[in-house]
Amino acid sequence: MQKFSAFELFKQGLNGQAGWKPQWRSPEPKAAYDAVIIGGGGHGLGAAYYLAKQHGMRNIAVLEKGWLGGGNTGRNTTIIRSNYLFNESAGLYDHSVKLWEGLSQELNYNVMFSQRGVMMLAHTVHDVQVFKRHVHANRANGVDNDWLSPEEAKAFCPPLNISDNMRYPILGAALQRRGGTARHDAVAWGYARAADDLGVDIIENCEVTGIVRNAAGAVEAVQTTRGLIKTPKIGVSAAGHTSVVLGMAGVRLPLESYPLQALVSEPIKPVFPCVVMSNTIHAYISQSDKGELVIGAGTDIYTSYTQRGGLHISQHTLEAICELFPAFRRMRMLRNWGGIVDVTPDRSPIVAKTPVPGLYVNCGWGTGGFKATPGAAHTLAWTIAKDEPHPINAPFTIERFRDGHLIDEAAAAAVAH
Amino acid sequence: MLLITCPHCGPRPELEFTHGGEAHIARPENPAAMNAEDWTEYLYMRANPKGLHAERWRHLHGCARFFNALRDTTTDQFVATYATGQPRPDLKGAGQ
Ligand SMILES: Cc1cc2nc3c(=O)[nH]c(=O)nc-3n(C[C@H](O)[C@H](O)[C@H](O)COP(=O)(O)OP(=O)(O)OC[C@H]3O[C@@H](n4cnc5c(N)ncnc54)[C@H](O)[C@@H]3O)c2cc1C
Ligand SMILES: [Zn+2]
Repeated sequence: MQKFSAFELFKQGLNGQAGWKPQWRSPEPKAAYDAVIIGGGGHGLGAAYYLAKQHGMRNIAVLEKGWLGGGNTGRNTTIIRSNYLFNESAGLYDHSVKLWEGLSQELNYNVMFSQRGVMMLAHTVHDVQVFKRHVHANRANGVDNDWLSPEEAKAFCPPLNISDNMRYPILGAALQRRGGTARHDAVAWGYARAADDLGVDIIENCEVTGIVRNAAGAVEAVQTTRGLIKTPKIGVSAAGHTSVVLGMAGVRLPLESYPLQALVSEPIKPVFPCVVMSNTIHAYISQSDKGELVIGAGTDIYTSYTQRGGLHISQHTLEAICELFPAFRRMRMLRNWGGIVDVTPDRSPIVAKTPVPGLYVNCGWGTGGFKATPGAAHTLAWTIAKDEPHPINAPFTIERFRDGHLIDEAAAAAVAH
Repeated sequence: MLLITCPHCGPRPELEFTHGGEAHIARPENPAAMNAEDWTEYLYMRANPKGLHAERWRHLHGCARFFNALRDTTTDQFVATYATGQPRPDLKGAGQ
């Protein structure tokens, strides 16, 4: 692998920057691997990286039906935070934030992780009570989260409208200073490059169409649009398509897939210093390093695989943005798009073994799994390699729905991202 | 925004409707006989198909009645609507 460094940049400059090589190979699939990951998003590529790096499994492949990061990894609004209510969630999401903090160094790839702070606005008495409860619960778990008055919120984010003649005035905010954003594509590319360097085959334009099981019911091979590939272990990280892929092995899941939208504005000079989320009036916003305002909308009310959503959903969000930040009323939006997110009944993910031997699944991240990319990848790799979960992902099973051990972030917060 | 045909009121904008999730999930007739696996299946497991989906809709801001629909989740096109309690229409041979 060609290492990135200031010296390398200088050296290549002497040669007109013409000496750079492709960042990863584009190999033909082999007939057999020790493990196969389905899905070339950040989670799948990261799992392959940790399998190779930490568990010595190098004869493995990532199969992606489209292009790397073309799923939700490349479609999300990149909000990263770990101030979830329950102990299990705090464990998993904060594990991720800690990995984010060292990720650029670990991968020798700038994932542009920026801890600019994530501020969640409270607009009702209920919001205030719930957020204060979160602040206390987070602190008990060693996760930073501060309660701010409206004036303190405005000092942290000057464009914010804290006047009391709004439809939903701001009564305060919870701020996680270690939260922030990262460059979505760079996460996929950084993991791909590092995994490839360790010998992992990354195979794009390769859709898995079937899962073959042996007489004992265990995983034996995958059928793909590029031929049959034998493997004793399969890790599925297919986000919105997880029900479809696990259906190939006869496994049913507590998942429903919904379109979720985002949009960006024309680029402007830096005006917006942090991430702001409002769940009550449904808007979240940050500014990318390119200068675009990155705005997230809600899900549609019906399940769908169309990767687009209703226009009225983004309109609703833009109305909220204009109320919170009157200065943005004259901005133009450049693009909007949708991704398909896989939602569980308790809004917590599943990172676990399945009833089929050799089949592992990482799914149910719904509207909020980008932040968990390193942690999900790391614990999925562990689960595949050892055939048992890491203590951090052990509570996130499929069986929790049978046993009543829900991790009910939906009821706790109703916070989407 | 989808244009949805309520079997009672005709075509109306999506905003008038709520989505009721997968159809044909029958409430257990004898709850005492159900084990944990049965409850999991009833409460949580969903088909979530890529393709035709039998689902419940409610025309909340209209006649307020429930009905069922078959919708293609790859295009969002409604293929059929039918009354609750009716079986899922068999579209084979119907050119679908
Ligand atoms: C609009 C939007 C905004 C969001 N905002 C945030 C946010 O601010 N913060 C946050 O934390 N999360 C956010 N999320 C959620 C986040 O994007 C996802 O949870 C996360 O990116 C999932 O990563 P992944 O690698 O599992 O999935 P993906 O990146 O979707 O990767 C799955 C891959 O599997 C491939 N695949 C599927 N089926 C097959 C098959 N049969 N064969 C081969 N390959 C297959 C797909 O092509 C895809 O590339 C948002 C999502 C959306 C859509
Ligand atoms: Zn009606």
